Amino acid sequence: MAGSDAAMTMPGAALPSGADPAARYRRREQALMLLLASPAFLIILGLLLVPLGWLVWQSFQADGFTLQHYRRILAEPVYWNTFATTFRISGIVTLAALLLGYPLAYAAASAPPRRALVILALVIVPFWTSVLVRAYAWLILLQRSGLINSLLEGLGLSEQPLALVHNELGTIIATLHILLPFMVLPLYATMQKIPGDLLQAGASLGGRPLHVFWRVFLPLSLPGVLAGLTLVFVLCLGFYITPELMGGGRTIMVSMLVSRNVELYSQWGAASAVSVVLLLCVGLIFLAVGRLVPIERIVGTQ
Amino acid sequence: MNRRYRHFVAAAFSVAAVGALAPAAARADGQVTFVSQGGAYQEAQTKAILDPVAKQLGITVNQDSAPNAWPMIKSQGETGQAIWDVVDTPTSNCIRGGKQGLIAELDFSKLPNAAKLPKGYATAWSVPYEFYSSVLAFNRKTLGDKVPHSWADFWDVKKFPGRRALRNHPLATLEAALLADGVPRDKLYPLDVDRAFKKLEEIKPYITVWWTSGGQSAQLLHDGEVDMEMAWNGRVSALIKDGAPVGFTFNDGILQNTQLCILKHAPNMATAVRFVNAAIGPEVQAHLPLYIDYGPGNPAAFDTGIISPERAAQLPSAPDNAARQALMSYAWWQSPEGEAAEKRWLEFIQK
Repeated sequence: MAGSDAAMTMPGAALPSGADPAARYRRREQALMLLLASPAFLIILGLLLVPLGWLVWQSFQADGFTLQHYRRILAEPVYWNTFATTFRISGIVTLAALLLGYPLAYAAASAPPRRALVILALVIVPFWTSVLVRAYAWLILLQRSGLINSLLEGLGLSEQPLALVHNELGTIIATLHILLPFMVLPLYATMQKIPGDLLQAGASLGGRPLHVFWRVFLPLSLPGVLAGLTLVFVLCLGFYITPELMGGGRTIMVSMLVSRNVELYSQWGAASAVSVVLLLCVGLIFLAVGRLVPIERIVGTQ
Repeated sequence: MNRRYRHFVAAAFSVAAVGALAPAAARADGQVTFVSQGGAYQEAQTKAILDPVAKQLGITVNQDSAPNAWPMIKSQGETGQAIWDVVDTPTSNCIRGGKQGLIAELDFSKLPNAAKLPKGYATAWSVPYEFYSSVLAFNRKTLGDKVPHSWADFWDVKKFPGRRALRNHPLATLEAALLADGVPRDKLYPLDVDRAFKKLEEIKPYITVWWTSGGQSAQLLHDGEVDMEMAWNGRVSALIKDGAPVGFTFNDGILQNTQLCILKHAPNMATAVRFVNAAIGPEVQAHLPLYIDYGPGNPAAFDTGIISPERAAQLPSAPDNAARQALMSYAWWQSPEGEAAEKRWLEFIQK
């Protein structure tokens, strides 16, 4: 391809395209790159695309082609309610993560390097702990006989233990904790690149700190905000272990519906259809956000 | 490089050849592939049942484990190429597999040890292997002497205040609701599903947690997160052994079991039948509760004298305890009505 392009743009070239050493070199390099990329490509094909295709195929199957699984999602309130709950929880978690994460990222971005390192380490270290362990840690803190309730009762602040867990609140708290790094890190990356000169310029022109923040810093940090919002929201949509452990069995999210369909009812088609719908939702979200910010920024390659 | 590669291939082939020959050699004196659910449970079986049976019959028992055997039963049955022979699995799998032609119908003339099983214990495709029970458990520390003794007590939130948990699953939970509503233990089936869900609506506001795993139910009871709950007897016994201030009653328990079944295309069918018969023999069955808190699937085990009366009192399938419980009908749960009831569950929980 590269060779013929070269020949077409240079109609007067004396050498046939195949003999052009530069083009040959480029082609060899491309082939080598392809070879180097092929293991990763094969893994993605084998472990992601093939199962996904199988999932989609299965969602249309029940003794032959059928749309019944999708029809059921539209018709049965269980599915509607589950999707509504999932989107509600994801929305609350995402907003809370922004409110908590923005000041944190701001503090890290404006702190001297060493202190920034400490702040980021505090965000990231829990990130390396297993989701399961963190869920149980929250149980120890939040449950009726847990640390927080014992403390409140000990101080005489509450007589009845507060219902902090085994409900939607507990799910939101634990999920928020797990997803916070996904908000802080893109925010920090964006904020760090905002030149300090701009803020100084704003101040020297007479802007008060709040005004400068509002007119200069905030707009420049918006791509990071959007990236963080998207990541947290999308990841939250697929949460499974945390709502399972913290939700008291009442907080049912989409992934739990998938597992119930498989485990309880052996309804692989229905489970696949639910997964496909969730995947479509995620795809649409990325598509919508991608019109505002390039996807590469969200997933962090840039 | 090339030569090394050739050596490697040769080595691989010889390993494969030995692997292919070995089962053939063992097959001469009989072998069987047995599958259970792994963990401490399978270890206990190995000592109590599998090793003694292998010795007794002079066969090799190859073990495999699968926490959820159903997908494997299904694929091995549908392709007609089974690698498993005997599976220890929840009874519902045996019945469902039998109806779908994945599991072999049993010839009870070849299973003399099954002859004296109580009515309703065996199915056309399976025989009971071990018993557990969904019992009413409670925390003695928070409740003191005011512990519930029946599901009717559990439903009585005025007389027995406290936080409650039930399993997030219709099996045994619907039965408990009907028992609480006054249905006699031996007249539960066919379940009056509407009545059961109506009764469950009554208790729903008072249920703090709908638990999903056995470990979770144990944690809730142990930490005092709930004061009373439905739990599996083995989980509660383990807590009691650890010194936790908890207790349970077999009264109104729902007696459940896992059963042995044979795959339709089992490669070692004749040996598998001999194995199943031996594995439910009273003597080997009597040894199971010496290693784990499950009751023998064959109640004749209690007549062997191997299980002490004190131990028997702790086991769900001991005749005295069984008399106070309801026997779960897996056949009903596998019927269309049962499946419809199962599907109503999620709607109920979410409402």
